[in-house]
Amino acid sequence: MKLEYFQMIDKITNVDLDAKIMQATSVVPDESPVFEGHFPGHPLVPGVLMIETMAQCSGILIMHTIDFTRIPLLASVKEGKLRKFVGPKTNLEIKAEIEHEGSGYVVTKAEIRSEGKRIANAQLTFTIMDFPNPELQTTIKGQVADMKKA
Amino acid sequence: MSTFDKVADIISDTSEIPREEITPESHTIDDLGIDSLDFLDIVFAVDKEFGIKIPLETWTQNVNDGKASTEEYFVMKNLVAKIEELIAAKA
Repeated sequence: MKLEYFQMIDKITNVDLDAKIMQATSVVPDESPVFEGHFPGHPLVPGVLMIETMAQCSGILIMHTIDFTRIPLLASVKEGKLRKFVGPKTNLEIKAEIEHEGSGYVVTKAEIRSEGKRIANAQLTFTIMDFPNPELQTTIKGQVADMKKA
Repeated sequence: MSTFDKVADIISDTSEIPREEITPESHTIDDLGIDSLDFLDIVFAVDKEFGIKIPLETWTQNVNDGKASTEEYFVMKNLVAKIEELIAAKA
């Protein structure tokens, strides 16, 4: 996990396209420029980055279901709950599940657990767009492949 | 409850539009002021309520390509008629 680069997922541990579920893990780094401001002397992962972590897990799952032909972009966050403060070195288990595949949009349910306890969850809606350029498509496919090897 | 009433209730709940303002002649965009994000929520709720998949992408593309007017899809009575067609096709 590199907070300052929005790299929220370390490792993809499971993609089940029949169940439309993806699981991943990540470890909050010990140090990050983000912690210099959030907060000085009391480092906490910003809540928006917890939402982003669930969105990335959901987005990667959605791309798997459409063979990486298009890109999902976060449009809506509902029932977002941040249940516990998250600091450095915390192990995160992220899970996303597709709730509904609409025409041009997908709704997911996602959660983050740590040591078995749910610490964040949300319902997320994504609009499905064409990739703005083939280079981004290639880059994202490469990043996801790396997450599976990690 | 009619399909119209169910859809109107969903729109009212989702977009906080007074139910009495939603009539068969209402244009969901021009008259009711529903934006694209609210429309996504409405389509999700309608998809779930009726077990259908509104082809929103196709509709939007048809409008953008000039093949159809917004009235054809987004005036309430026409929207409801298309939803009823989708429900019938599912049966």
